[in-house]
Amino acid sequence: MANGSDGRPIAYINARLIDPSADTDQRGAVLIGDGKILDYGANLFSGGAPYGIATVDCQGHCLAPGIVDLRVHTGEPGEEHKETFDTAGRAAAAGGVTSMCILPDTEPPFDDASLIEFVARRARQVQRTKMYAYGALTLGLKGEQLAEIGLISEAGAVAFTDGDKPIASAQLMRRALYYAKTFDALIVQTPQEPTLSSGAMNSGELATRLGLGGNHKLAEAIQLERDVRLVEMTGGRYHASKISTAEGVDIIRRAKARGLKVTCDTAPHYFALNEIAVGDYRTFAKVVPPLRTEADRLAVVEGVRDGTIDCIVSDHRPQDVESKRVPFAMAEPGVVGLETLLPIALELYHNGQMTLPRIWQRLTTTPSKLFKLPAGRLEKGAPADLVLFDPDIAWVIDPEKFESKTGNTAFDERPTQGRVLMTVLDGRVIHRDKHLWPEPVAA
Amino acid sequence: MPRDLLGIEGLSAASISALLDLSETYIDTNRSLVKRRDNLAGRTVINLFFEASTRTRTSFEVAAKRLGADVINMEVAASSVKKGETLLDTAMTLNAMLPDALVVRHQDSGAVNLLAQKVNCSVINGGDGQHEHPTQALLDALTIRRRKGKLEGLLVAICGDILHSRVARSNIHLLKTMGAQVRVVGPATLMPTDIDRLGVEVHYSMRTGLKDVDIVMMLRLQTERMSGSFVPSVSEFFRFFGLDEEKMKATKPGALIMHPGPMNRGVEIDSAVADDLQRSVIHEQVEMGVAVRMACLDALIGGRRNALPGAA
Repeated sequence: MANGSDGRPIAYINARLIDPSADTDQRGAVLIGDGKILDYGANLFSGGAPYGIATVDCQGHCLAPGIVDLRVHTGEPGEEHKETFDTAGRAAAAGGVTSMCILPDTEPPFDDASLIEFVARRARQVQRTKMYAYGALTLGLKGEQLAEIGLISEAGAVAFTDGDKPIASAQLMRRALYYAKTFDALIVQTPQEPTLSSGAMNSGELATRLGLGGNHKLAEAIQLERDVRLVEMTGGRYHASKISTAEGVDIIRRAKARGLKVTCDTAPHYFALNEIAVGDYRTFAKVVPPLRTEADRLAVVEGVRDGTIDCIVSDHRPQDVESKRVPFAMAEPGVVGLETLLPIALELYHNGQMTLPRIWQRLTTTPSKLFKLPAGRLEKGAPADLVLFDPDIAWVIDPEKFESKTGNTAFDERPTQGRVLMTVLDGRVIHRDKHLWPEPVAA
Repeated sequence: MPRDLLGIEGLSAASISALLDLSETYIDTNRSLVKRRDNLAGRTVINLFFEASTRTRTSFEVAAKRLGADVINMEVAASSVKKGETLLDTAMTLNAMLPDALVVRHQDSGAVNLLAQKVNCSVINGGDGQHEHPTQALLDALTIRRRKGKLEGLLVAICGDILHSRVARSNIHLLKTMGAQVRVVGPATLMPTDIDRLGVEVHYSMRTGLKDVDIVMMLRLQTERMSGSFVPSVSEFFRFFGLDEEKMKATKPGALIMHPGPMNRGVEIDSAVADDLQRSVIHEQVEMGVAVRMACLDALIGGRRNALPGAA
């Protein structure tokens, strides 16, 4: 058995080792014992593994830290028909995601310490991927009163946000940033000026042709500019989520150049798709913020490439058919993303825009550092959370085959490259592709 | 031949001309004593209206009846039910009764496209949200063509609430396809973003917008948009964008006045010009509406071959 259940250390040999911290991509091996990385490197076992150690031959495929996904919506509690921790965990494992942060916009929202403990308890039961919870920034996500940031932090919340609902009041945001400093808590915001962002899709020619209300890209710029000023004033820690516009990338770039504690992320649909995906009222391409123009998409790619955009998140948001098979303006926004995060992120590699270690920095080391998670690194003593993948294998995305409970992907039928072969969590295999990486037959 | 008529965008000039030519043949039918043909005898047409409408619904009903079809009217109050679910559930239920055509109006853009994907019969868009109202554009074109003898080369100004208007969008697509020049005129708050990308000239003043135009198309300004959010007040809107004798002076002599109805007299149009039978063709538009809808029904479900040449 190669899962280490007999307690013996396992060596993953003959791997293409992607080390984001060292920025290297080379042949090597990883030695795992007691759920931790005992050793790793290019020269490890180059002369063959010693007697007494089980080995797994990676056959030259990529072995990298498991993905740390900062942005996952589940339906639990409240909308279990859309997704549960169990199905989200399965989807994560299939997608190579070994740590994920769950957004607080459930029913009830995570605006109380007990709910953070609930997530931890459910994650222990499910045992598929590591799950962390955001705390709600305001009570009931209403944007009026601050939630108990201190107590919720103590209970284990990794950051604070109202999810896709931006904090409209500048005063409240100012106080949140000040107050959170006491607990060194990170404030996460989806920067959308609420009165400018009511439209269902990107404002412009296509929205005009389709007769749909527009969400102007300035909605992002205006909110971001305001928040950056407040960060400058308060010295708080601020992370903007789902940057979708060229202006947004530029504002973050300038804020960082001025030394402000501002970071951000984006999701694959913002660097792989533009508003054309809405096409003939395709509700599966309805997301918050909306898909933007081709110029914006290219600016987001450049932002990810040059590091202005720190992290890539899946922004996984399951929606059932009833929420999507309605007129566009009525449809719920969101796409599932856990199982497409890796192949779509790999498009940056196949298009020659980034190296694998650089992409993995956005997917693992940087998010785990920002959220202070014990994950995302090849390091002696670090948890053995790993993903083995073939970056080149070609396939067509088919939501019918998703582990996720719903199939609302904007990448339906997209030809893509790169597939997860196996996912390892604390040294234990939690997912393997039955066809491409079958369980070895015991000798 | 296409199965549905969901919008003007994408229709070829040949298709539009063919529909207008077919409409012409029904004008005589409608003006004769026995206003009845049997092209659609035995066919079932269901008017499915999710948004209140008297004029369009009646026009479709008259059109279908004059062609001998059996017509059923269904008005579904949108507010009383959960929106999207009802749309497809209702559509599927009606579909199971095997109608030949559904005429659908809905308050959401794209709702008719969505419905058309789910049913087996022909679907005619009777107006969806702020997207398209194809039969209105066709009846406007027929009215203009009969009065001016052509569409090509004419200068047409569409005035008022362009932002919320499906009539404006369908008319822009049709007139541009047929080679007319189109201006949109109104306050910037009522202009859709990047409307110029549709190939129209944008004017924020009636004085420049109406200069030398052949046709003035007024649009209805919805009551809820009159006070404060889009325009400050009715009187201010009428002063600057309402059509009156004074503003008509800028137009080309013999210019026609059109309105899709129902009119808000004293808001977007003054009674003196609306009722001037020398220039106003508003009632003629209503008459042409019946002929155009007969032609659309006939072309889609009358069993004619190649009634819409060149259409996808």
